[in-house]
Amino acid sequence: MIVQRNLSELQEGESSKVSGFVDQEIAVKLLEMGLLPGCSIKLLRTAPFGCPLYLKVNQNYLALRRKEAANIILE
Amino acid sequence: MEISTSSKQINISLIGNPNSGKTSVFNRLTGLNQRVGNFPGVTVDKKSASLHLSDGRKATLIDLPGTYSLYPTSMDERVVLDVLLDTKSKYYPEVVVCVVDATNLERHLLLLSQVKDLGIPVVLGLNMVDLADKNGVEVDLAFLQKSLQVPVVKINGRTGKGISELLDKVEDVLYQPSQEFMPLDALASPVIEEVKKSMLVKNDYQALLLAHHHQRLHYLTEAEKQQLIQTTEKHAFQSIRLQVEETMQRYAKITPMVELALKKSMSAEEDTFTDKLDKVLTHKLWGSLIFFSILFVVFQAIFAWAEYPMNLIDDIFSALSAYFTSVLPEGVVASLLTEGIIPGIGGVVIFIPQIAILFGFIALLEEVGYMARAVFLSDNLMRKFGLNGRSMVSLFSGAACAIPAVMSTRTISNWKERLITIFVTPFISCSARIPVYTVLVAFVVPAEKFWGVFELQGLVVLGLYILGVVGALGSAYVMKKILKTGESSFFVMELPVYKTPQWKNTLITIWEKVKTFVVEAGKVILVISIVLWVLATYGPGDAMDKVAEQVKAHPEYSQLPKEELDNLIASKQLEVSYAGIFGKAIEPAIKPLGYDWKMGIALLTSFAAREVFVGTMATIYSIGSEEEDRVIEKIRKERNPETGELVYNAATAMSLLVFYVFAMQCMSTLAVVQRETKSWAWPALQLVYMTAVAYLSALLTFNIMS
Repeated sequence: MIVQRNLSELQEGESSKVSGFVDQEIAVKLLEMGLLPGCSIKLLRTAPFGCPLYLKVNQNYLALRRKEAANIILE
Repeated sequence: MEISTSSKQINISLIGNPNSGKTSVFNRLTGLNQRVGNFPGVTVDKKSASLHLSDGRKATLIDLPGTYSLYPTSMDERVVLDVLLDTKSKYYPEVVVCVVDATNLERHLLLLSQVKDLGIPVVLGLNMVDLADKNGVEVDLAFLQKSLQVPVVKINGRTGKGISELLDKVEDVLYQPSQEFMPLDALASPVIEEVKKSMLVKNDYQALLLAHHHQRLHYLTEAEKQQLIQTTEKHAFQSIRLQVEETMQRYAKITPMVELALKKSMSAEEDTFTDKLDKVLTHKLWGSLIFFSILFVVFQAIFAWAEYPMNLIDDIFSALSAYFTSVLPEGVVASLLTEGIIPGIGGVVIFIPQIAILFGFIALLEEVGYMARAVFLSDNLMRKFGLNGRSMVSLFSGAACAIPAVMSTRTISNWKERLITIFVTPFISCSARIPVYTVLVAFVVPAEKFWGVFELQGLVVLGLYILGVVGALGSAYVMKKILKTGESSFFVMELPVYKTPQWKNTLITIWEKVKTFVVEAGKVILVISIVLWVLATYGPGDAMDKVAEQVKAHPEYSQLPKEELDNLIASKQLEVSYAGIFGKAIEPAIKPLGYDWKMGIALLTSFAAREVFVGTMATIYSIGSEEEDRVIEKIRKERNPETGELVYNAATAMSLLVFYVFAMQCMSTLAVVQRETKSWAWPALQLVYMTAVAYLSALLTFNIMS
């Protein structure tokens, strides 16, 4: 079985694709902000001390905390 | 039927995602002709304006807060739901204008699809088409219009293009209910059916949203809520799961539609302007340094630019008082006007320059898109103190005035984080503390340069600001440890692309903030000014007259010129007035801090506005004018009548400064906190807590220094 990575494990500058969510409550919020399964996602950088994360999702820019990022499963 | 619908007031609601350019569109449609009020039951600002449709009918345009969907998480967003669900409300829209960002079509159409399912007629205003063009994306308007079944108008909030067309389309769709975007009964049909029966709603989506949100809707009665709780429990309604399902189903329809509607002539740029700029502005080191530099520049500007208009306002109000003193016959009316009302109004107006400058900067930073970056950079630090990145904006605003700052916390969705932000914001030194700092710092600190560059006095003032920030963050940390909440805190924020600012938007924001301050703070300050005037003008029995007679009859004073004699009488009279009695009554309590009863009076009057301190000291020390230099000169010489020691020494002044940094001396803020938290417990606790911190810190300072 392949262990799936989540977004908080992405390295700075690395890209991937969103595959799903762990926590449904946060998923609602992310979905309505345009972060959908299948979206390409790139970790551009982090704020000082490694959190929050600055992401490019398709052509949009989103900031979220590491805790939320751990809820996003990557392909 | 025709008559009843056409005679009804027409409401048009403007909705859209945050950063959709909705505010620009609203400002385009209305200009300064906006009214700011409150939605019933909540304190979220309701901006509205009257419009005329082309056939002459009057309509009210209501700007609703930006939201991503009808599943709100913050107080601001909840208002949208309240307005769109309550069909009997007087704000219920006949038409919704949905502003959509053409560069972000997929996400923005989610909200539109939800509004459509509520059956409300919708017009789509397609904004930022020029930006999409620049990215090489062309939107097929006809296709979009056909597949969505709503009129689509290309608009440009920046130039005003298409805005009048938008209104024409509004008339076209009036009283023509929207077609359903997608069938919903498959999601939760038993619940939907039961809610439709019990609540008498006709529409599936209304029923579904009622099932989701009943606990938080303001307009429902207790009985209706109970009924809905019963229904949802009976059918084991899984709110979160259904929200995800509904959203996914919507996207399943929107995504292919958008793909067909967009014609891409070139692939999207890898490194956009925003990407390049953010490499520096959100860089761990450079970004943080730039952020602090911006803060520094803003505060420099407040001091440098506001001084001139503030002096001017001060002069005007002094001249007004002097004028009325000279023309009015001496008596109660003249005294109330020249010593109560005019200085009271002046005390409000004097802060306008500083507030306007600070909010001008904040609005500008918001306009260009920088504020979200500042929030991004500070979230981690803020979170350590139980706050949220967004709290930074409130704390920043608090440096101008705590009232709009407390109101700006409405965007923080987590209740605990919001409450802590509200609680600690008044610790940030606001503009009303500056006059007090100026007088007292000038008294204790010599006007010398430090290393030849830094003004020593300026450094001390900076230290006082930092002390305020320490007080705010320290208190936040304590509250974080004490307050318990089950609510999860999350932080998901959009970083909008950078844009050139729209000056009109910035100016309107400044205008609104200043108006909020004048209305909210103004009325309280004015009332307290009058009450204080009464307390300082009247004393028990004929004590006031007696004192005046005594001074006049005293041989030692008979040689004094008239002006000095008058000032002396005023000073002696204040001593026996109700205010003087109060000052003496609290003297035992403030003695350990190094204060006497005279300062007690000044502490009391500071409740109207902190800067009243200077004026009160001027009266107590029988200085006719409020010239700061003379106040300083006078208090420097003041000696204790019993011990003969100087009353004001460095220790007293420092203790007083520290007291003013921490003390909650603003009734207007307490009133606003009450409204925002919907409880008297929080402002009461805030008053007690801040006074305690102020008292203990002042006590400590006095004892260390003396």
